[in-house]
Amino acid sequence: MKNNTWNIIKKECSRFFGDRTMVITTIIMPGLLIYLIYSMMGDFFMKQKENAAPTKVYVENLSDSLKPLLSTLPFEMITENLNGENLKSDLSKKEQDYIYMVFPDDFDSLVSISPSERTELAPNVQIYYNSTSDKSKEAYNVLSEVLGQWEDSNYNLFDINKIEKEGQVYDLASTEDVVRGLFSELIPFLLLMMIFSGCMSIVPTSIAGEKERGTLATLLVTPLKRSELALGKVLSVTFFTVLSGLSAFLGMMLSLPKLIHADEMGVDAAIYTTNDYVALLVIILCTVIILTSAASIISAKANSIKAASSLMLPFMLVILFIGLTPMMLETSDSSIALFLIPVYNSVQSMTQILGHEINIIPIILTVVSNFLYSVLCIWILTKMFNSERVMFSK
Amino acid sequence: MEQEQLICVEGVTKTFRLSRKQQKSENTLKKEIVAVNNLSFTANRGEIFGLLGPNGAGKTTTLRMLATLIAPDSGDAFIDGLSVVNTPEKVRAKIGFLTSELKLEDFFTPNYIYDFFSNLYGIDKEVAMARKKALFERFGIQKFAEVKIANLSTGMKQKSSLVVSLVHDPDIIIFDEPTNGLDVLTARTVTDYLQELRDAGKTIILSTHIFSLVEKLCDRVGIIINGQMTNCGTLAEICDGKSLEDRFFEIYKEKIGGQE
Ligand SMILES: Nc1ncnc2c1ncn2[C@@H]1O[C@H](COP(=O)(O)OP(=O)(O)OP(=O)(O)O)[C@@H](O)[C@H]1O
Ligand SMILES: [Mg+2]
Repeated sequence: MKNNTWNIIKKECSRFFGDRTMVITTIIMPGLLIYLIYSMMGDFFMKQKENAAPTKVYVENLSDSLKPLLSTLPFEMITENLNGENLKSDLSKKEQDYIYMVFPDDFDSLVSISPSERTELAPNVQIYYNSTSDKSKEAYNVLSEVLGQWEDSNYNLFDINKIEKEGQVYDLASTEDVVRGLFSELIPFLLLMMIFSGCMSIVPTSIAGEKERGTLATLLVTPLKRSELALGKVLSVTFFTVLSGLSAFLGMMLSLPKLIHADEMGVDAAIYTTNDYVALLVIILCTVIILTSAASIISAKANSIKAASSLMLPFMLVILFIGLTPMMLETSDSSIALFLIPVYNSVQSMTQILGHEINIIPIILTVVSNFLYSVLCIWILTKMFNSERVMFSK
Repeated sequence: MEQEQLICVEGVTKTFRLSRKQQKSENTLKKEIVAVNNLSFTANRGEIFGLLGPNGAGKTTTLRMLATLIAPDSGDAFIDGLSVVNTPEKVRAKIGFLTSELKLEDFFTPNYIYDFFSNLYGIDKEVAMARKKALFERFGIQKFAEVKIANLSTGMKQKSSLVVSLVHDPDIIIFDEPTNGLDVLTARTVTDYLQELRDAGKTIILSTHIFSLVEKLCDRVGIIINGQMTNCGTLAEICDGKSLEDRFFEIYKEKIGGQE
């Protein structure tokens, strides 16, 4: 009779791992789906970039002085046999993805006169485009930018970041830091959501489900201690949810580099050290246990799986809100006391670890406070298992 | 010879609050229902005590209190000297409880469930094996020992539940309508087994509304109507020469007539 917590855990494991559907939907699917979706999205963006035909730019009176510059742009320049009126009306009628550009007849000679000696208005280059077409609009932006810069360089006062000698880098952040920054923004919240959805499908089945089917009552007439039951239940659902969370995490770590094309930047997922991963694992673990033990309380209150799921909805909104706050608050003015707020501290700690700025005190605070909250939840759950009003209300 | 009173129920009362839905379905405006009202009785070691009463009389509620699933509002009951109010955990180790409310997990087989509960009670492996073999043989469970509970018939489920309630070979057995839903053959197996247990010195409390079952099995019987114990004693004392059925109707008329 000494180790009934372990008996409960063993039974929960037989139940969980013996149910193929359960294992597939909560452990295999999250990782696999994330991996497939992110990889496909990455490939899709890549293909779109590669397959896109260059935008057509119809140019009238192409200026000789601009010809070399414009030919370096990824556009198809068409300068012969142009019918200006047709081009303009077609461009306005349907969604068209080309550009129609008109230089004044004597553009080259006009621009050679310095502005102070000029007697007429400055020459005007007309660029017709259709803003409903992404390609046309983007080409317009590129062309006006290039022409503007060319104009500036003709009357140069000063330049910004113009000199590009070999090895000259102006953005001093390393590519790895850029990738880490991206990861630390994307992963914590996504992971939190994945863990929560795992928790949503695992905990109600295990607790509200047993209550609903009358199998919990069978346990309650045995000398099994309520505390052993509560601990056994929470530990086993925590274990399953951790597996679900790790699956999602693995899926993300393997597919995010593909999504953001990290290989083109010369970076792979090995930007993190073993220490980073261990710290992350610890944070994931204490995030899961606080979520599952809180969800256990909600499930024990509910009379059915369905009721438990709907009771969890407001809980989810709170988690969503707390989970989003680190993105809205500036990290620099976050006080250390904020690390006592469950879920917030998890997201914040994960952000720090993935962003490679591990501060040991906040992480310890996160782990210790979450552990204490979980103990409190398990204590409450024990009280609930002891309460006939909770267990046998109809 | 003075008999040892192994079960002693002393003035237990249980009131349930009615939800709106229940108020409607029972067609009443009362906020509360007194399911068991100041009920007392005793059962002696080595006897079968029967609680007889119509539907809704409070039999199941009484047995649930004895099994410590719910606590009485007032009064107490002592099982082998242990209070159900103050030492529920110790009481649970002593009793085997069977009622339709307690279900076995659909996902598992009778064999797995038996071992699981045997472990919960901390039964020695070898003892558990021998006991399981004997019980499974007795109730013909080997045939479906490896079939999931979900796929068993009502009778098979009832047999499995019964066996699971006996994994720790309890001295005190509390069975709520043990033959409900069983065919005559299986019901016979159960009643025969209960008699065997009594002969082995176990104390058994069972509830029923079947007169023949009481006449066949019970050494002493208590009649519950509307949550109150109207009569309690040996079958001969209660029947007073008449058949149990006739006597029951007399008592019932007296009780209900007296209330209206
Ligand atoms: N959890 C509960 N909430 C509200 N009322 C309840 C509850 N449990 C029992 N009751 C009420 O208490 C009364 C006694 O019920 P109980 O189940 O003890 O009767 P019983 O003698 O076992 O009847 P039966 O022969 O039909 O099984 C009934 O009126 C029932 O509606
Ligand atoms: Mg009943």
